[in-house]
Amino acid sequence: MAEKNSGNGMSLERIQQIREFSLIGFIVVLSIFVQFRNSNFLTMTNLDDLLTNTAILSILAVGMMMVIITRGIDLSIGATLALSGMLTSMLVSVYPALHPLAALFIGTLIGFISGSIIGLLVARFKILPIIATLGMMNVFRGITFLISGGKWVSAYQMSDSFKAISTGSIFGINNLIVIAVLIYIVFYYFINYTRTGRKIYAVGSSPQSAKVSGINVTKITWLVYSIMGSLAGLSGVLWVSKFASAQSNTAAGYELNVIAACVIGGISIAGGEGKVAGLLSGVLLYGILENALPMINISPFWQNAIQGAVILIAVVVGALIKRKTGSSNKIRRED
Amino acid sequence: MSDKYILELKNITKKFPGVKALDNVNFQLKAGEIHALMGENGAGKSTFIKVITGVHQPNEGEIYLNGEKIEINDPNDSKDLGIAAIYQHATSYPHLSVTENIFMGHEKIDSRSKRIMWGDMHQAAAKHLEELGADFEPRRRMSTLSVAQQQIVEIAKAISTKAEIIIMDEPTASLTKTESEDLYRITEKLQKIGTSIIFISHRFEDMYRLADRVTVLRDSKYIGTWGVNEVSNKDLIKAMVGREINQLFPKTEKEIGKEIMRVENLSRKGYFKDISFALNEGEILAVTGLVGAGRTELCESLFGIKEYDSGIIYFEDKEVKIKEVEDAMNLGIGYLPEDRQEQGLILDWELDKNISLSSLDKISKRGWIDRKKEKNMAKRLAEKVNVKARSIFNLASQLSGGNQQKIVVAKLLTSDLKVIILDEPTKGVDVGAKSAIFEIMSDLAAQGYAIIMVSSEMPEVLGMGDRILVMRNGEITAEMDVEEADQEKILEAAMKAEK
Repeated sequence: MAEKNSGNGMSLERIQQIREFSLIGFIVVLSIFVQFRNSNFLTMTNLDDLLTNTAILSILAVGMMMVIITRGIDLSIGATLALSGMLTSMLVSVYPALHPLAALFIGTLIGFISGSIIGLLVARFKILPIIATLGMMNVFRGITFLISGGKWVSAYQMSDSFKAISTGSIFGINNLIVIAVLIYIVFYYFINYTRTGRKIYAVGSSPQSAKVSGINVTKITWLVYSIMGSLAGLSGVLWVSKFASAQSNTAAGYELNVIAACVIGGISIAGGEGKVAGLLSGVLLYGILENALPMINISPFWQNAIQGAVILIAVVVGALIKRKTGSSNKIRRED
Repeated sequence: MSDKYILELKNITKKFPGVKALDNVNFQLKAGEIHALMGENGAGKSTFIKVITGVHQPNEGEIYLNGEKIEINDPNDSKDLGIAAIYQHATSYPHLSVTENIFMGHEKIDSRSKRIMWGDMHQAAAKHLEELGADFEPRRRMSTLSVAQQQIVEIAKAISTKAEIIIMDEPTASLTKTESEDLYRITEKLQKIGTSIIFISHRFEDMYRLADRVTVLRDSKYIGTWGVNEVSNKDLIKAMVGREINQLFPKTEKEIGKEIMRVENLSRKGYFKDISFALNEGEILAVTGLVGAGRTELCESLFGIKEYDSGIIYFEDKEVKIKEVEDAMNLGIGYLPEDRQEQGLILDWELDKNISLSSLDKISKRGWIDRKKEKNMAKRLAEKVNVKARSIFNLASQLSGGNQQKIVVAKLLTSDLKVIILDEPTKGVDVGAKSAIFEIMSDLAAQGYAIIMVSSEMPEVLGMGDRILVMRNGEITAEMDVEEADQEKILEAAMKAEK
């Protein structure tokens, strides 16, 4: 047996690579174009801004990626984020001395509980993910309204140390970016190099084969929703700290942006496919569009349409690459 | 019944890539007769039916309807010619009403307003159902009916299209005795109004009760046609299995050891009942029977994929419960599923990842996968089962059926097994890979593994098995040592001929 894959067929990894390269190529072309129109685009201040504003989206996208890989979807994360943000900031307004790390931990815990409830509904009671998360989205949003009485928690009610979570920086890099980078490193290794990561892909690629191979499909499914919830909870704290206000309708509809970033990043909604590197380029492209389009004076109405078009192009290009390489996969080797 | 042939097929040959599914088959259906079509699994009955219904077109041969040469190019053609087929599993629309199912595709439409005439349709449906002696409303939802009732709807549909030839594909397979009686009655009624019927069945009682003549297919070939009264059970079974076993099976000398697993009265409602058997080290236990006899379901319960309802399993003299796949794997039971593409492999994964999937614990340390260890293990096992692939980084989808099956076997070998369950291990596998798989099996048995092999292939069962279990309708109807077994005995038990 030869050592290297020099066959006619193309492995999934190769397909992913082509995708990522074309995505990165597009990002480069787009950046040059924008830079040409507005020279403020590629400045340190703007890039710092861009990354800071994309950090929360990117954290949520990691969780969503794992959910989508198992053939699921989570529509509740905007509501989970709001719930966690509201509860944590109310706590901070009562106990201003609460350590920022404790606040982050509490927010994550709230998210974990929310996510594990959804995980239970999907994995244990076999409710379709789209239904279960749609239902829980409304439940979490409702709870947020109830506990806050519809009132905001505003900047003056939050301690400085709490607000510093998102405004502070380490070695001149904004904390949000640092946290996002740490999360990407952790999950890159988790997804690619651990047993559990492998099992997540197996469950999404073929639930039946996974089951016959002795993988506890229920447990893995529960796990991805719990991780998603935890990341949403963490993001809730980051969000309220960043905007220095917690509202009942915080991040309403934000889950769709996250799903869009995943789709651009090549995470297949059909499950089983998607890589962290691809996701990262998808998130970056999404962030650049958000940041750059206003800079070159494109009306906000057009921005949405352009974002939508980019999502569709990403999906179509992905499908075309796959079809092209897929056909060469059909060439069977002679025995 | 007249002597005129309503349907005649002459020298039909149908080839699929690599196989002849029908080889020079002849068939004559007299007007108004009930004609039984019999043969083992894979004898070519289904392909034959599909040729008549226009799903497949024959490569050679001619079809005559009422003496006129015709071509049936698609299922609509056969419908227009008055041919209707009723399948074992009703191909209906479960969420629609009985009326809608009966008139699907030929609804009664008002000629001017192009409106569906619901009233007329319900009335007509009710009339058809009454003729057939059915006791349910045409407005009922299809999914609320029993299998037998759904079949009646399919028959009503055939009548409503004014079909002159009705093909019934194993209609009694999932019916109870009284339901079968009802079906006999309806079939006879159809015959009385002049319909000609082709009746496929594995049950001799169906044939004797209904048919005027019987045609037997074997190994894609036409064997003969007899009047039901002039042929005995024995002759028919002989006609169905009368082949020489000339394949070589690499059965090695080995010693059969002590009992490793014993199953007592294992049952799962609707699938199998009171299954008891023992399995010894180094033994190959062949489980055979017709399709739908409950063999795969039994395997799935032994491996914890579908939980059994009652019964006791002893493993190494200890009572055990197998509720999850993990339970079975911890005991040392391995399973090669019948559907390797759906259940055995992840097709767009590389071979090494496929091989290691059920033993990730072995190649990881504290949850981290050791890629090097994984590759080495995969390479070693791929060589052991002699997979023909360029590298272990090929995708599973790039391999031929036989090599894919070898990968699934390699995957089994990653665990420390004591019992290996192989469900149709040679299904859709070419001859070369087949003998390779048999060699691996013999090898494993010689090393002391206990093997349960489910197979529909008679030569395989007789050639590889040490002991043979025959199942029918979810029950074991015969258990025999291979020395005392022959094809006739096995088929008789699988069909449980009563005459």
